[in-house]
Amino acid sequence: MKLRRLLALVRKESLQIVRDPSSILIAFVLPTILLFLFAYAVSLDVQDVRLGVVLENDGAAARELAAEFAATRYFDVLPVRDRREVEGLVVAQKLRAVVVIPQDFDRRLAAGSRPAVQVLTDGSQPNTASFIAGYAEGVVATWFESRKRERAAIGPTATGPTVALQPRFWFNPEVESRRFLVPGSIAIVMTTIGTLLTALVMAREWERGTMEALFSTPSSILEILLGKLLPYFGLGMLATLGCGLLAVTVFDVPLRGSWGALLALSAAFLVPALGQGLLISALARNQFIAAQVAVFSGFLPAFLLSGFLFEIESMPPLIRALTYLIPARYFVTGLQTVFAAGDVWAQLGPNMLAMLAVGAGFFAITARKTRKSLDR
Amino acid sequence: MVATVEIRGLAKRFGDHPALHPFDATIEAGRLTGLVGPDGAGKTTLLRILAALMAPSEGSVRVLGHDVAREAVGIHAEVGYMPQRFGLYEDLSVMENLRLYSHLRGLRGKDLEATFERLLSFTRLGPFTERLAGRLSGGMKQKLGLACALMAHPKLLLLDEPSVGVDPVSRQELWRMVEELTDDGMAVVWSTAYLDEAERCDTVILLNEGRIEHDGPPEALTRRLAGRSFRLVRPDDDRRTLLAKALDLDGVRDGVIQGHGIRLVLAENEPRAAVDELARGAGAAVEAVPPRFEDAFIDCLGGGPGGRSAIAERMDPVEPDALNGDVAVEARQLTKRFGQFIAAERVDFEVRRGEVFGLLGPNGAGKSTTFKMLCGLLEPTSGEARVVSLDLRRAPSAAKRQLGYMAQKFSLYGLLSVRQNLEFYSGVYGLTGGRRRRRIEEMIETFGLERYLGESPETLPLGYKQRLALACALMHRPPVLFLDEPTSGVDPITRREFWSHINGLVRKGVTVLVTTHFMEEAEYCDRVALMNRARVIALDSPDALKARAATAERPDPTMEETFIALIEAGERRAEADPAGRAA
Repeated sequence: MKLRRLLALVRKESLQIVRDPSSILIAFVLPTILLFLFAYAVSLDVQDVRLGVVLENDGAAARELAAEFAATRYFDVLPVRDRREVEGLVVAQKLRAVVVIPQDFDRRLAAGSRPAVQVLTDGSQPNTASFIAGYAEGVVATWFESRKRERAAIGPTATGPTVALQPRFWFNPEVESRRFLVPGSIAIVMTTIGTLLTALVMAREWERGTMEALFSTPSSILEILLGKLLPYFGLGMLATLGCGLLAVTVFDVPLRGSWGALLALSAAFLVPALGQGLLISALARNQFIAAQVAVFSGFLPAFLLSGFLFEIESMPPLIRALTYLIPARYFVTGLQTVFAAGDVWAQLGPNMLAMLAVGAGFFAITARKTRKSLDR
Repeated sequence: MVATVEIRGLAKRFGDHPALHPFDATIEAGRLTGLVGPDGAGKTTLLRILAALMAPSEGSVRVLGHDVAREAVGIHAEVGYMPQRFGLYEDLSVMENLRLYSHLRGLRGKDLEATFERLLSFTRLGPFTERLAGRLSGGMKQKLGLACALMAHPKLLLLDEPSVGVDPVSRQELWRMVEELTDDGMAVVWSTAYLDEAERCDTVILLNEGRIEHDGPPEALTRRLAGRSFRLVRPDDDRRTLLAKALDLDGVRDGVIQGHGIRLVLAENEPRAAVDELARGAGAAVEAVPPRFEDAFIDCLGGGPGGRSAIAERMDPVEPDALNGDVAVEARQLTKRFGQFIAAERVDFEVRRGEVFGLLGPNGAGKSTTFKMLCGLLEPTSGEARVVSLDLRRAPSAAKRQLGYMAQKFSLYGLLSVRQNLEFYSGVYGLTGGRRRRRIEEMIETFGLERYLGESPETLPLGYKQRLALACALMHRPPVLFLDEPTSGVDPITRREFWSHINGLVRKGVTVLVTTHFMEEAEYCDRVALMNRARVIALDSPDALKARAATAERPDPTMEETFIALIEAGERRAEADPAGRAA
């Protein structure tokens, strides 16, 4: 390997990146759009859900419970007297759910039994529906408990609960989905640059016949591949920095760990991402096919199987086993650790090693498949 | 003298498909070796093997003493290779391309400077060093590609189809440069599908379907045909009818239209009496002419096809009044701009009924753009296009029903079978019911497509692919036929068969517009518009154009020489009167 030849190739590739609007688009514009989407548009949080509360009973207790619903920040309550008033609104999707406090509420309460409260949810959005159902039940249960306690405190045989539950969420005290979506989306961005862009530019060299011209010169295959990888590695690191800065400054996602750890993590992820891009272009010497394969084998798994949007623990065992082969899985875990917890090396180290191992696999296959020859 | 390249029993297969059948050959230093043959003959494969980019399946090849299979490193260091489309980075400037290849070749210091200086003056690219390679004309790209390949100070230079997409003037310059290189002792291999280029090479390897048909000086091949080529000039009969008659004679091996007459090649040991008799009948004079390389090639392959066209015989003559007048196609000041780029500029001509009208010029000259505007596939930026007096802007579908269009590369659907393609196109052209069924059956019968009906057009032999494409375009019996590069990438035999169909159709009154970058095909046309850099630079009959370019030293120029002379004359005029262009 000659350094001079490698430098010439790196220089050529860098010039091409700078001049090609599509690489700038993929490396900087697309990530920014993606980050904005995940920070603002996509939110798994439920807030200000429009909820109808039907007060069929006019007792003080019933009104107290209704007020309890109105008091939380999760619901935006529409109080009515008759359930017929809200049914149409649920069908028209103006309300997500309805809580019915029945006529016999006071009576049953007075009788010392626990009255039933009906929660009707719009099942067309299952996640929201189950959240509302759960939360509404929680509101009712809490209200009963506190009422029981109050009664007990007033009453002669007061024992009272000595333990009060104070929930506290670790790592994400505000329970904002943005705090794990934004770091996770860095993994998507890096997959795009590492795998998609690399596969595309290699396939382009095959298509335009420039690969053939390079092969006819004394430069070795290692020089040619490194000449491709190094500039895109640099581009990937730049994009990480950019995404990280955006996350911290614009989206207010705290970075608890160090920048060094974040960059080290990204560097480790770029190894399998670039390896995969190279492998794809070694097999598909055509930009269209390369793009398809890169999206299906890189981009979609990074989205669906990395734990970025869907929890790996709740996947069926077979799919869960598959996720171990997806480098983005380790990267997403690592990113969430660095952002939310800090430089927990016991957690980051194994993830980085796993990424390097998958990357080594890709490179080993690529090395076997790539020769300085046009024979296939 | 040690040969630069020694080929012993070389064969190459891709899977089951043989690309090169076993052969021996040598390539000598200080000579220009032509690697000649139609597309798909195996030229690129052979060059890639010589450049050590592919390994032989059988046999051995030694290049400059290195074995191509085992000692690729040595070959990559000492051989210059220019792939098809020149292998340039279009988003890098001329200088950046040169610098990249010089670094890859390990040039440095004084050597580097001297090489740059030499190559820039050799290729005359000096004034354009800062321009992006993608913005260069075809000719300049070719020179830059050559400069990059020469960076190695190679002893062997391999050029893969360097003349494709390059205007004739630049091609001329390339010949000059290559001759200089061979004079300095370099071995140069030049691959080409243009048979007329073979005559300029010192020695020729003629390939057809992976087999070597000839290896030696081109004269050795043409000499065998001495006394067998004739020209019948100024016949009273229509030259197309005369050609069809001539090709049906047993003793005639090959025949083409040339200017106002026809050109024939007799079979070996065949007396010329038959030709004399034919000429007498047609009132033509017979001239013996020297054989051309193409004559020899056709002879090697066993002669050209007959002159009859089954499709033309089936076709009803076009009614004279079907055209509303005498003009079939009109282009009025047609201009097309793509952003800053002018693809066609004020193109102006009319095509008369029953005429074969050729648009001739190198790739990128604006032929296809003009064509697409004429058949309504592209909207002109300004100007007007009419087919059969119908304005393509105002009555596009009525106009389109009057024309048949055969696109470049045939545009057949690979995922449909041959029959489904026929059905699809008959539907597109509005044929229905029994008429549609009859037409399809008729096409299958006349073009002999029965045995391929269930197959994909992609697996068809080239000749059949072309027949199918023609069948699809003729399904609705259009009075006007547009053919866009119908013969590019087609071997000379298939090309002749194609022209015999066209000649037959024209005799039935069909008007044909054709684009081609094969200069010699202009001969089949009644009139030719020469296009260069988006403009029509000359428009006349082939003979009249040649007469304009004729000089004392060159009384009978070829079409290519004519083209060059006319371009140069145009440029001289533009220099003498710089305002003329704007006026």
